Amino acid sequence: MIAPELALPLSLAVPLIGFVAIWRLDKAPNLREAATLITGVVLLALVVSIFAAVGAGERPEVTVWRMLGGLSVSFHAEPLGAMFALIASGLWIVNSVYSVGYMRGANEKNQTRFYMCFAIAIGAAMGVAFAANLFTLFIFYEVLTLSTFPLVTHKGNDDARRGGRVYLGVLMATSIGLLLPAIVWTYAVAETTDFTPGGIFSAHADAVAPFAGVLLGLYAFGVGKAALMPMHSWLPNAMVAPTPVSAFLHAVAVVKAGVFSILKIAVYIFGIDFLAAAGIGEPFMWLAAISILLASAIAMNKDNLKARLAYSTVSQLSYVTLGAMLATSMGVMGAGVQIAAHALGKMTLFMCAGAIYVAHKKTLVSQLDGMGRVMPITFAAYLVGAVSIIGLPPLGGSWPKFFLMLGAADAGQIAMIAVLMISSLLNIVYLLPVSLRAFYAKPPEEGAGGAGSRKIKEAPLFCLLPLIFTALGSIVLFFTIGDLAAYLEPIAEHGAEQGGRP
Amino acid sequence: MSFENQLPVLPVIIPMLGAPIALFLPRGRAPWAWSVIVSWLTFAVCVLDLTAVLQRGEPIPYWLGDWAPPLGIEYRIDIANALVLALVSGIASLVFPFAYRSVQLDIDARQSPYFYCALLICFTGLLGVTITGDAFNIFVFLEISSLSTYALIAMGARRDRRALTAAFNYLVMGTIGATFYVIGVGLLYQATGTLNLVDMGDKLVGQDNRMVQAGFAFVVVGIGLKVAMFPLHLWLPNAYTYAPSAVTAFLAATSTKVAIYVLIRFLFSVFSFDFAFISAAFAWVLLPLGLIGMFAASLVAVFQSDVKRMLAYSSVAQLGYMLLGLSFATVQGVTASLVHVLNHALMKGALFMAVTCVVLRAGSHSADAFAGLARRMPYTTWAFILSGLSLIGVPLTVGFVSKWYLLQAAFSGGYWYAGFLIVASSLIAVVYVGRIVELMVLREPAAEGRYAIAAKDAPLSMLLPMWTLVAANIYFGVRTEWTGDLAARAAEALLATAGGA
Repeated sequence: MIAPELALPLSLAVPLIGFVAIWRLDKAPNLREAATLITGVVLLALVVSIFAAVGAGERPEVTVWRMLGGLSVSFHAEPLGAMFALIASGLWIVNSVYSVGYMRGANEKNQTRFYMCFAIAIGAAMGVAFAANLFTLFIFYEVLTLSTFPLVTHKGNDDARRGGRVYLGVLMATSIGLLLPAIVWTYAVAETTDFTPGGIFSAHADAVAPFAGVLLGLYAFGVGKAALMPMHSWLPNAMVAPTPVSAFLHAVAVVKAGVFSILKIAVYIFGIDFLAAAGIGEPFMWLAAISILLASAIAMNKDNLKARLAYSTVSQLSYVTLGAMLATSMGVMGAGVQIAAHALGKMTLFMCAGAIYVAHKKTLVSQLDGMGRVMPITFAAYLVGAVSIIGLPPLGGSWPKFFLMLGAADAGQIAMIAVLMISSLLNIVYLLPVSLRAFYAKPPEEGAGGAGSRKIKEAPLFCLLPLIFTALGSIVLFFTIGDLAAYLEPIAEHGAEQGGRP
Repeated sequence: MSFENQLPVLPVIIPMLGAPIALFLPRGRAPWAWSVIVSWLTFAVCVLDLTAVLQRGEPIPYWLGDWAPPLGIEYRIDIANALVLALVSGIASLVFPFAYRSVQLDIDARQSPYFYCALLICFTGLLGVTITGDAFNIFVFLEISSLSTYALIAMGARRDRRALTAAFNYLVMGTIGATFYVIGVGLLYQATGTLNLVDMGDKLVGQDNRMVQAGFAFVVVGIGLKVAMFPLHLWLPNAYTYAPSAVTAFLAATSTKVAIYVLIRFLFSVFSFDFAFISAAFAWVLLPLGLIGMFAASLVAVFQSDVKRMLAYSSVAQLGYMLLGLSFATVQGVTASLVHVLNHALMKGALFMAVTCVVLRAGSHSADAFAGLARRMPYTTWAFILSGLSLIGVPLTVGFVSKWYLLQAAFSGGYWYAGFLIVASSLIAVVYVGRIVELMVLREPAAEGRYAIAAKDAPLSMLLPMWTLVAANIYFGVRTEWTGDLAARAAEALLATAGGA
């Protein structure tokens, strides 16, 4: 086993090495893809070793360099970050395999640039996951934005440019305009931006109290990647990207980096106790609840499958924000588990949408009648993913809802339980009909090619295997939730422990 | 008369003696090569000065002709001006080698000795203004640099006749500024009987009368014109747009920075906060003007169709940040201001160098000429993108360091609203930089034949200095001990004297 102090910086260096390798192998596509996959496997191995070390109670910390007086670029590993890193690096391999199938199947241009940007982006995601202070987090948050911009605009047409402009505009505007001042403000008050168990504000409670609500708002909206309404518009606009990019944005790294940051700031900067005592979370909890319901309502009206999934993501992300703002142990636990469950579920759904596009060039829900008989595996996986997102057993997605409801009950926010229930019902309304139509509706009369439409025609194997894998992952998560909850215990327990003390 | 004893005067002596020699060199390559050698020698001397100051830990005085101040002229090197000296000479030692190909295109070959002579004179003036500790000597050097600048800008007339009106405008405005400055110095001389800055500062303690107030106002407005402090900036956009591109790169990175330095010097070491009218000037003049300048100029920059003009307006906006920083009148604020002086020189220098490369190959600095350049001129494009990110203030670039210091100064000084205005205006920078980057990367080139775009990147003689500056943008964005820590020490020293020592 490699020492976690070494694995931390390596997990950032490996994607960078991968980036160079991909760049140099421009002319040899097979080797280039091999470079991506090898990078992914090595990265996963590193992250697993960190994950195991954190599970064993270690809290490795590395400072790379100091700058700007008291600030430093430092990395540490704690349960939440280790979990996020594990999900991101694991799903990145899945996503890369899928990318190979998709990009070749769809004959996309500039594939080398595509994989190069991906390598940088996953490195940035690792940086976000392991950042030991807000300053480091901010640096990698921005790198993640900039490195995914060429991915979003990959197609290079007017639509892609417009979507890319919104993507970059919203994410940069929120991060520079709100997040950065919030970080500097935090530094000016607390003279540190280190993520500290129990939060750093409890020691400066009097100084922070007058504007704690404003500060929380700056963070909640400033982390635009968390897509709390009304800062969500970049997400649907980014749908112009090729599907592997959408999967990366929605499941692997980008939005997860956002909600992860929110959760981490709530737990390690504000501290659950401070949040609960100051009572500043409540307005944002309601905002999250509105986000959840409104985004679901919008999703119902989208005929484009990817757009529907995009709004579903906006809705699901706010579960995490909601959990953080509840400021109870169970709320935080639910938020943490939701990151994992939604990653697996949404990854499956997006890859299904991409597989349908690659195999049959279909993008609208209304075109999918009877497609279940043509692509049985894809649609079976879709059903698994959808049920997980809805939150029904025996799938992983049921647990976060359960925890969140417990958390809401602990916080005395009974209305939130209702919100969660309504949301699940709405999810059923807009996610399930897709597979129902595919399996039960009659295929439309087709013209010339009608005869062949009954034959099974799945997407290429490279597209198919990854989505089977993640669908199975959702099922596995349901049965292993106890381990994950125990793993995340330290972050959630802290609040209760401190709260219990007189 | 050892070398070390003469070190403080050499940054002025070397280019001053070098300038007339350039005039007598044969036209062509020789004057250029000479100016490059002079700039490198000067840079070396400036670096030696900086290290000497850091070693000594206190200012190094130098009496010209061994005449003791306050009668004689005193050169006085402390951390603040040693930093600016190193900056100006460093930029010169990169821009001068860079200039050759572009000047070849912009300037008639017969004029090249005059051009490099003027450039060296300008260089001398800027260094002199920085190094001297004498109020009247500042005026002399200010005029030396300004007069040569008028000539340099006017030489852009070969490409675009509008350079002549731009130069004339600047001549009028610059002369008004210099006149105001000298009137102000006259009034202060009346009040104190000395021209030595340190001495003047000592003698001004406790003097709060109309004459001192008028002197202060004249000096601030006079230098404000040189700084291009909003709304005294009207000369700047045209001057930067129509000057030969290499000259713009040099001026944008140095001349306004030197003027800001002089302003800081006057505000903090000559005057002190004991004066009520000075605090009022900070709160009611510098702070609002800085804020308005930040926004107004950034907004104007968004709507420019000429990249040089866009960057010029961006400079006015960035000067607003510097004014804002010093108007907080705290150590942190002045640190932020000084840091941004250094950092902004790095990013604007690199940006204007990139534009110069484009002008060389595409023959225009209009935004249309930038369309689709990423494929033809990848190295220039990436230099523009990276220094543009620095201008926006993306982490790991110098722009972020500046922004961080400025925000920290704003929040800890209680000016939290200024903090939000700073980030809001830097978002406008995202728009105007993003617009050009989008043109370069995502658009197809303009119709064939409209711009004589050669399908190759700029020559190595230009790429190398430009990328050195881009690398400096990254390096100093990561390692802040040279910019941030030294600026903090300089600011502490400046404010310590302002305390009325």
